[in-house]
Amino acid sequence: MITSFILRALEGRIIVAVAVLLAVAVLVPAANLLTPPDSALHIPTYAVSLMGKYLCYALLALALDLVWGYCGILSLGHGAFFALGGYAMGMYLMRQIGSRGVYGNPELPDFMVFLNWKELPWFWHGMDMFWFAMLMVLVVPGLLAFIFGWFAFRSRVNGVYLSIITQAMTYALLLAFFRNDMGFGGNNGLTDYKEILGFSVQADGTRAVLFALSAIMLSLCLIISSGIVRSKFGKVLVGVRDAESRVRFLGFRVENIKLFTFVVSAMMAGIAGALFVPQVGIINPGEFAPANSIEVVVWTAVGGRGTLIGPIIGAILVNGGKSFFTGAFPEAWLYALGALFIGVTLFLPKGIVGTIQARTSGRRAMKAAVEAEKGRTETPAATPIQAAE
Amino acid sequence: MNQLVSETRPPSLLYLDGVSVSFDGFKALNSLSFVVEPGELRAIIGPNGAGKTTMMDIITGKTRPDSGRVLFEDTIDLTRKDEADIAQLGIGRKFQKPTVFESHTVWDNLELALNRKRGVFATLFYRLTSEDKARIEEIMTTIRLTHRRDELAANLSHGQKQWLEIGMLLAQEPKLLLVDEPVAGMTDAETAETAILLREIAKTRSVVVVEHDMGFIRDLGVKVTCLAEGSVLAEGSIDFVSSDPKVIENYLGR
Amino acid sequence: MLHQFFRLILTVFAVCAVSFTAAAQSDPKTLFNELGKADFKQAEVLIGQLAASGDPRVVPALEAFSEGDLYARKSDGAVFITKASGANLALIDPLSGETAGEAPKGAMNKLKINNSLRRVIRSALGGLTLLSPDRNVRLEAADAVLRSPSAENLDLVEAALAKETDREVKARMEEARAASVLSSDRSLDEKRAAIETVASLGGRGAVSILMTASGALDPALKPDVDRAIGKIESTLAFWDMGQNIWYGVSLGSVLLLAAIGLAITFGVMGIINMAHGEMVMIGAYATFMVQEVIRTSAPHLFDWSLAIAVPVAFLITGAIGLVIERGVIRFLYGRPLETLLATWGISLILQQLIRTIFGPTNREVGNPSWMSGSFPLGGLSITWNRLWIVAFSLSIFFGLLLLMKRSAFGLQMRAVTQNRRMASSMGIRTAWVDAFTFALGSGIAGIAGVALSQIDNVSPNLGQSYIIDSFMVVVFGGVGNLWGTLVGALSLGVLNKFLEPSVGAVLGKILVLVLIILFIQKRPRGLFALKGRAIEA
Repeated sequence: MITSFILRALEGRIIVAVAVLLAVAVLVPAANLLTPPDSALHIPTYAVSLMGKYLCYALLALALDLVWGYCGILSLGHGAFFALGGYAMGMYLMRQIGSRGVYGNPELPDFMVFLNWKELPWFWHGMDMFWFAMLMVLVVPGLLAFIFGWFAFRSRVNGVYLSIITQAMTYALLLAFFRNDMGFGGNNGLTDYKEILGFSVQADGTRAVLFALSAIMLSLCLIISSGIVRSKFGKVLVGVRDAESRVRFLGFRVENIKLFTFVVSAMMAGIAGALFVPQVGIINPGEFAPANSIEVVVWTAVGGRGTLIGPIIGAILVNGGKSFFTGAFPEAWLYALGALFIGVTLFLPKGIVGTIQARTSGRRAMKAAVEAEKGRTETPAATPIQAAE
Repeated sequence: MNQLVSETRPPSLLYLDGVSVSFDGFKALNSLSFVVEPGELRAIIGPNGAGKTTMMDIITGKTRPDSGRVLFEDTIDLTRKDEADIAQLGIGRKFQKPTVFESHTVWDNLELALNRKRGVFATLFYRLTSEDKARIEEIMTTIRLTHRRDELAANLSHGQKQWLEIGMLLAQEPKLLLVDEPVAGMTDAETAETAILLREIAKTRSVVVVEHDMGFIRDLGVKVTCLAEGSVLAEGSIDFVSSDPKVIENYLGR
Repeated sequence: MLHQFFRLILTVFAVCAVSFTAAAQSDPKTLFNELGKADFKQAEVLIGQLAASGDPRVVPALEAFSEGDLYARKSDGAVFITKASGANLALIDPLSGETAGEAPKGAMNKLKINNSLRRVIRSALGGLTLLSPDRNVRLEAADAVLRSPSAENLDLVEAALAKETDREVKARMEEARAASVLSSDRSLDEKRAAIETVASLGGRGAVSILMTASGALDPALKPDVDRAIGKIESTLAFWDMGQNIWYGVSLGSVLLLAAIGLAITFGVMGIINMAHGEMVMIGAYATFMVQEVIRTSAPHLFDWSLAIAVPVAFLITGAIGLVIERGVIRFLYGRPLETLLATWGISLILQQLIRTIFGPTNREVGNPSWMSGSFPLGGLSITWNRLWIVAFSLSIFFGLLLLMKRSAFGLQMRAVTQNRRMASSMGIRTAWVDAFTFALGSGIAGIAGVALSQIDNVSPNLGQSYIIDSFMVVVFGGVGNLWGTLVGALSLGVLNKFLEPSVGAVLGKILVLVLIILFIQKRPRGLFALKGRAIEA
């Protein structure tokens, strides 16, 4: 069952993408660790981390694409799932600081000592165990998505209404995480990490491994997404996007279909957040900002929603552009981003990959149609009921 | 209570009893009652706003009635169930505007409609069996779309989309088929073919057709129910109904 | 009967006492000089006698005493008010206030003062000024007695009361008397009546008077005091609630202002305009520009700046709206999610544009004089700017309602939104109706910006803080229903303000958001939803 699921997932384009990702997962760390700094092939550590960040964003965009591109749910709150995954990882990393913090408290993170807290809040317990923290990376975003989706999809909130309340959700979380008494470090967030699984987070080797992990997780999620999309379930998903009532009248439980996809997608976003945090070294409530979530939408739109490769390319392109612009012309970046939003929706609604696909498959379809036409003229009896004439 | 009903009447497939519903004060259905027997092909006519589509909405669970009962197979109260439940019970519905999955191929459309397990994991790990393949082929022949099996539904003509939708309903293997204006926008030839198709389908199941096209209904040659202002105006053969003065006044015109 | 008799006796006695002290008093000058030799105990008595003199001339000296500026000359014991003058002290006659030369510090003895003496002086002063010929001084004095009532003042207050003719001052003195009676040794009945009088005052002040008095009061009066306090507190709670509702209405009217333009673009037209907040922001900047021009060229018009800014903001944002609709949105009708993204892009550009032109920091927008200050209404305190904003948002709302229901343009607008094809076949230029409806919604957002510039920071981020709230209001109220927007805005405002005291502002806001999210699940089409088949299509 599982094998057929995976085999189905590995269709042409996906194999290529996974191969590229895995090659990158090996080559970039190698170019960072094994080459001398003055070599032309050398990739400096900061660039490795930057690319690692892009890969996390790509995974986030892929997660969004699964719900938006395939199921038609435009979530404006995926940043929240990303941030929750990030916070779960951040809590683990905070607990690993131990007594090396400024206040040297072996149990409490610095910000709690600063706030005069005497003991660890209950939700910080267990976060010092890696496996538990990683479980939380999946469970917390998944649970939020489940609760939110359970209510929303059951009562058939959809379209823009859903988008608006997902935005309200991440906004409410933003406000909540800014509060000091939430126990997540207030507006400073969680930072100053020292170690992950005993390895220094600053070390070149750790950075390289984190990068490779990001690429591997992205490939893995790509395969899972592809498996979902190419299964009958995936076809139902697209059906929900295009003609929800038809799916319902065919006897499918649309709310369950949406809920499953939403939860899977939220978990992927959580994984992306968890990989993101150790590479950038901080997580703060800013990640919940509604603007962040909308930006993810534009990455996906640029690359091409409803294609799995598109959002990955889109995320890397837009963020590459952002890094370039904010360095070279900081004033111009928001203009460029704004123009990108407008331009993509007006002139490139299918995104880069979607447009290319449409062009190639259009040519193929044209050929097929011509052939079908030929077939019909050759055998006019293809219309079996003659009685009508 | 349901037992009582089945004792006093011959078994029915669908039984609407005093169904009323209103939207913002407008009474869309006004104590509507009628019966569909197993294996029956029934045509429903009526002017715009007579409540034809609302009636279908209520049978398929899209709208809840304010009062009245809707019984399926004499025992199942449809007013307590939602669309998916009702579809799984064996009621299929064709919309006024053809509604197919435009970005799927003809084949995929039919595959999705097949009456198989519809749960998340069942569909996630579903594999096409040879039995299912044969069934899809068979339906494609019935709806005359075999030669366009790999075409996206979006590229079909209007009439072909209507047929594809009917084919999807067949794949669903319903006991009762509700068909809303199947020949709207069809050419005369297509209309005639659709009448044949529906009569074929009705051999194995009950079909309720809502239609404006009187010629088409005459072609079907079945019992006709005329609705007006949310309740039944007349019922009987096409000739009987179309000579009823109330029907002429309300619907056919002089 | 007996009580009344006693009361009569007491009153007679009290009046006699006042007249007696008045008759038996020595000349204030002598009293002051005796003060120089007195210990604290004696000083208290002397101050009482000074106060009883009812002579307003003793006031400055008593004030100086409590400041520690009263000195006795060592040579003759004469008492003077002094002022530091180099190493010497400048002497001032305690009664006439005339200068009386200087003396070295060594030649003078400072009159000792302690806190209990100061208190005595304070109440004595309060009593003294009760007799001032100036009405306002008397009123203030009565207030002072009321704030720190004491039995010692009672006679004086009653004496003043007997002479008082001004109604307001008299009423205040009655209250002061009642407060003083509580700490005196008057009869229970008199005290009971006094409790009533104090209670009728209402407010936190009355509660604290009763509280302090209750310690020393006869236990028999305890139920009266408790009842009185209970009554006052329930009145207070009532006004607190009123104040909360007012704050809520005021917040609600801000929400209404922010949402009302959206009620048109989103509610009526179904366009998700994420740049709506930026229209509000640009409206606020238009106000800033208008005020800048007025400041430099016609400062006397400053009070009119908002009236001028309203049409300016409407035209600017309306024009921007028109350009956005013609340039972008019209290509996206029927694709709401794409519209959302494109207008978000527009909002980014507009924000950055304003940032480039005006800089990223807050801009100062002034309040015209008629918008500052506040006034009391019953137990409420109402600020003028909030009142104006409430009035302003309501008038925009009703103006818009009128426009929608009564004007030809409103009719066309409704026709187009209800049945576009029919409208166009009847000769309505649907494309222009779309454009102008959108421009109208944007223009109203701009007007909202004028009002919001009065209570919020005018910065490029102004709009961002309103966009989510505005959408919540429109969705909560029911899309396509202006009344729903009104009710939605006001009820969300009031809800917010009622949650705030118990959970804090931020958590209150979060709770409101969560409640709305849950509410939308329950009623996906809002409070005032349209029902039926048409809207499901």
